[in-house]
Amino acid sequence: MLALSIALMYACSKNEDEVSQQETKIAFTVPSNFPAPAYNFEDNKLSNAGFALGKKLFYDARLSADKSVSCGSCHQQFAAFTQLDHKVSHGVNNCQGKRNTPPLVNLAWQKAFFWDGGVKNIETSPLNAITDACEMGTDIQTIVAFLKATAPYPDMFKQAFGSTEINSQLILKSITQFTAILVSANSKYDQVMRKENGAVFTASEQAGYTLFKEKCSSCHAEPFFTDFSYRSNGLDLLSADEGRSHITSLQADFGKFRVPTLRNIEYTSPYMHDGRFYSLDEVLNHYDSGVKAAENLDASLKSGIPLNSAQKEQIKAFLKTLTDHEFIKNTLFSES
Amino acid sequence: MKITTYLLALLCPALLLTSCKKDNNEITAETKSTFTIEFDNQVNGSPLTLNTTTYKNAKGEDFKINVFKYYVSNIKLSKADGSSYLIRESYFLIDASKAESTNITLKDVPTGDYTKIEYTIGVDYARNFAGAQTGALDPANGMFWTWNSGYIFVKLEGTSPQSTAANNALTFHIGGVVDPNNTIRTFATEINAANPLRIRTDGKPNMHFIVNAAALFTGKTDVSFATLNFTMGGPNSVIVANNYANGLFRLDHIHN
Ligand code: HEC
Ligand code: HEC
Repeated sequence: MLALSIALMYACSKNEDEVSQQETKIAFTVPSNFPAPAYNFEDNKLSNAGFALGKKLFYDARLSADKSVSCGSCHQQFAAFTQLDHKVSHGVNNCQGKRNTPPLVNLAWQKAFFWDGGVKNIETSPLNAITDACEMGTDIQTIVAFLKATAPYPDMFKQAFGSTEINSQLILKSITQFTAILVSANSKYDQVMRKENGAVFTASEQAGYTLFKEKCSSCHAEPFFTDFSYRSNGLDLLSADEGRSHITSLQADFGKFRVPTLRNIEYTSPYMHDGRFYSLDEVLNHYDSGVKAAENLDASLKSGIPLNSAQKEQIKAFLKTLTDHEFIKNTLFSES
Repeated sequence: MKITTYLLALLCPALLLTSCKKDNNEITAETKSTFTIEFDNQVNGSPLTLNTTTYKNAKGEDFKINVFKYYVSNIKLSKADGSSYLIRESYFLIDASKAESTNITLKDVPTGDYTKIEYTIGVDYARNFAGAQTGALDPANGMFWTWNSGYIFVKLEGTSPQSTAANNALTFHIGGVVDPNNTIRTFATEINAANPLRIRTDGKPNMHFIVNAAALFTGKTDVSFATLNFTMGGPNSVIVANNYANGLFRLDHIHN
């Protein structure tokens, strides 16, 4: 079961008791109910040392301008690597960003990043946060200089890449050895789909799943619970954030955002690109009766998605089967 | 270099006849050498001086330049017979504030006489979306958009009294590779056959290009800073790229 997400391949030792953390081989394994990934570590050889370095960088607040914010401050493991209770990201000097922090899960299958799809490679995704005055507020040269002067970084770079050279490329590659193996694929839903451990949906979860496939999966497609397209679900008549058109300069993309994954949705509140909804009830009420006739509203949502209260409860029950407790608690990914 | 040829001719009989013939008929790929390119940054014929000198655009509007940086990549040389050689991993960032960056060295080029040079003003499509890069393409050089993946191909920042932006700023960050706002442009120029680029093992030729920063604002469309003073990709960047596609570079001379 473990092997299906992050394979913790313990080195075969004769004595079971000898198995320790050090022998955990970091590996990237494609879950059997997932397609082939977009990122496959071809140009970034995954290693224990590279992963350890990437994880240390991810959790090191000293990288930010006022030494208060790390990647992990906004991308918190217990919230599937989003920022709990923050409508929009909260960075250095208590600055409030513009958008809700997305969770970091199954990024290796993603071809574009950010709510508007502006970033095209997982390796370059951290750059915006590093340089944004409202996130970490620093620059790469400063980080490189800091790492060169701060033990144990030079040694860790040497172990990871064979040289004490430290540059932005190696920083980004090591961070990716951490972020790209954040695979969440062991929720109850996954186990039911893979027919593992005799997992079965309850009656209301099953009813919710049927409703979901009927009303939601045209956008929130399995197994990622997004088809990675950009759409408007009618949050506002006139969106304050231009969304996708910021990247494409096309009026037809104004107010559209990437369909977000719903994996671990129970723990990733608040919801939507600006974090306007705190609960799943608010989200379902929006689809039921709150959809606005925005300029580029998705055609399938013209009359909303009418749901009675029993149906709402069933959909919520199903959405909670998308929680991957093992992922959220996996100490391999925790700040240590 | 004559001497080397004679030496080779003398040595030939000592070698296998076939290999000798080959040498005479094919482009000599066995011997490689180096050449340099100097980018002489100017504005309408005057040397480019950052921050202090006032220049005029084609509309007669005054402006000053604080930042002028651009990528030159995928340098390709051709011979009169049409054969060509693409210099691998040729990515260069020329920065008017860094004198050493305006002189670039191209190594491991097959010897021969070249009558055409072409290169990308900017960075090819694939590298814009690739993973973390280093060297000239290191995002630390401030030429990579972190919110909309891709390189800034040409960056000109400055001021103009005509600019309606805050502090009269001029911000021209040209880039973007997706149609209809693709700004990748290729510059090509013939080299006078009487004085081709002669790559020789015993020489180090230098090509001297004049780079006219004012070419961003004239050519296909004369730009007025009153209406266009800010662009970071998109349709306005295309206007500027169409201007500089032909006017930015001019091969002045070659020292062989
Ligand atoms: C201040 C909060 C904050 C910090 C610090 C931060 N991020 Fe983010 N991150 C965000 C927000 C907000 C977005 C979405 C941006 C957008 O859509 O415009 C994001 C997006 C991402 C994405 C793309 C996710 C997706 O699904 O599109 C990745 C990957 C990422 N961040 C990694 C990192 C790494 C690595 C670091 C540390 C170097 C980091 N972040 C630091 C807030 C933050
Ligand atoms: C037409 C496509 C479409 C359909 C159908 C659709 N959604 Fe969405 N959904 C979206 C988009 C787009 C967003 C992000 C909108 C934004 O932030 O601007 C979203 C956001 C969400 C979110 C917030 C996720 C987060 O992390 O912020 C939830 C929860 C959600 N949808 C659930 C559902 C459910 C349940 C259904 C079916 C009843 C459904 N959606 C149907 C497109 C759709």
